[in-house]
Amino acid sequence: MALLEVKNLGISFGGLRAVDSVNLEIEKGQLYGLIGPNGAGKTTIFNLLTGVYRPTDGSIILDGVKLIGMKPAEINRAGIARTFQNIRLFKKMSVLDNVKVALQNQVTYSLFTSTFKLPGYFKKEAEMDQRALEILKVFGLDEVSNELASNLPYGKQRKLEIARALATNPKLLLLDEPAAGMNPNETAELMDTIQLVRDKYDITILLIEHDMKLVAGICEQILVLNFGTELAHGTPSEVLNNPEVITAYLGN
Amino acid sequence: MEKNNKKLSNKTWLKPLCYALAIILCYIIISILIENRTFGRKYTSLFIPIGINIMLAVSLNITTGFLGELSLGHAAFLAVGAYSGALVTTNLVSVPEIPAMILALLTGGVLAAVAGILIGIPVLRLRGDYLAIATLAFGEIVRSIINTLKITGGPKGISSIPAYSNYTLVYVFVIITILFAMNLKKSRFGRAIFAIRDNDIAAEAMGIPLTKYKILAFTISAFFAGIAGVLYAHDRSIIKPDQFDYNKSIDILVYVVLGGMGSIKGSVIAAIILTVLPQALSEFGEWRMLSYALALIIIMIFNAGDIREKLGKFSTALREKKGEN
Repeated sequence: MALLEVKNLGISFGGLRAVDSVNLEIEKGQLYGLIGPNGAGKTTIFNLLTGVYRPTDGSIILDGVKLIGMKPAEINRAGIARTFQNIRLFKKMSVLDNVKVALQNQVTYSLFTSTFKLPGYFKKEAEMDQRALEILKVFGLDEVSNELASNLPYGKQRKLEIARALATNPKLLLLDEPAAGMNPNETAELMDTIQLVRDKYDITILLIEHDMKLVAGICEQILVLNFGTELAHGTPSEVLNNPEVITAYLGN
Repeated sequence: MEKNNKKLSNKTWLKPLCYALAIILCYIIISILIENRTFGRKYTSLFIPIGINIMLAVSLNITTGFLGELSLGHAAFLAVGAYSGALVTTNLVSVPEIPAMILALLTGGVLAAVAGILIGIPVLRLRGDYLAIATLAFGEIVRSIINTLKITGGPKGISSIPAYSNYTLVYVFVIITILFAMNLKKSRFGRAIFAIRDNDIAAEAMGIPLTKYKILAFTISAFFAGIAGVLYAHDRSIIKPDQFDYNKSIDILVYVVLGGMGSIKGSVIAAIILTVLPQALSEFGEWRMLSYALALIIIMIFNAGDIREKLGKFSTALREKKGEN
């Protein structure tokens, strides 16, 4: 059975049909690409998957659990974590604390323990620090762990977002344009990191990207959207040679 | 390596010890100042109001600074604490001072916290300006209820409340409030609250239930305001609804804003300065409020947050110089 099964997903904003009857099946461990021209509904699909919007119709099932109607926080605990197209870090907190926020559903202690600083507090905090630093190290951010998140350069902020999402221990990681605004070298490096993360943490990744070459380079399956509906899906070579896809991107 | 470990464990014990010593030392200094009336009668009587205002400022800072939501109804929680505490002790005249006061403090704190939960559930769905207006309205509702109820004495209020507040009791609760806020700041609960302040959408996407943590912050904030209210009532001995109008809420908010949002140290310093200032300016007679406003503007320009930043820069510059030598 597929890890994520999306059937007939659709949402209307008033008269606008932003996403219409989209089907998506992602197998465990896959690196799946979601592409399409501007306004095709890619980010809307992310918002539907993470509970920011409630779909008008269709179903979303993650690992046998129905997600429709759950709140974003519940969906995160069910196993979907995401990054944002416009970076949304906890700006006034340190890099380390950004990741520790995401760890807080896994390493827990009571308010009583922290108020009276019982030994459990120090133990759990140390465990959090260690786990957070481990994840930061994968992204080369362990050296700046005490910086404020807002002081990081743009590329590192994007990486911190991925690190933070990863810290919630998801089954499925959604990356919304992780390489936006990066130069070709940074992009290539990031793609390596994404593949490494997938293998190391044994998770499934769905990513939105504009850069066709890049998506074709690392994704095993691609879904192309246009005007909220599926235009094509399949392996990168199938999709990129599809005449309809070429028309959607380049025009006639 | 072993040596290093030992050093570390020594240090973790050293810190609480230093805090404990500082707290005791501070208490000794304050009690000497009060017993000897070093500052004269005018200022010696201010020690308890200062302590109460510190508690109010620090507790409001949990809502406004930590959670980042503007609350204009903090005086309502003060009122709930003050009235319920006063009702407990005035009705239990035969009970000795200490158990009566403990019961009053518990009742005041818990009832204020319950008020915090009750008002928090509907109001915390709102954000920013809307939340501010809703809390302002809540404050006025509480005041008018107190104004009309018979049990609270209507506009005349409650008088001859036993004077159970003393500077030792207030000092203890000031320390508890500050330590609680500091420990909250460094816990996973504090981090969740800060995360909501910085970006609620991302916080929710990281598995943090917004409503739960917003109400947690609001309730803690109300609880300590309620305790402050009990201490306030037993210091003043007369309480009237007028003492808890929106001006009081604004006063508390001013402490928090001037001290710097989210800064506990700042709240404490601002509460001290702004409690002493009106008294010090009383020599100006009818120009008192004008000069108070002027002083506020001046402090605002040299904002406490700024001062801390400047001091920080100064000390790092000093350290660098030392390093060069």
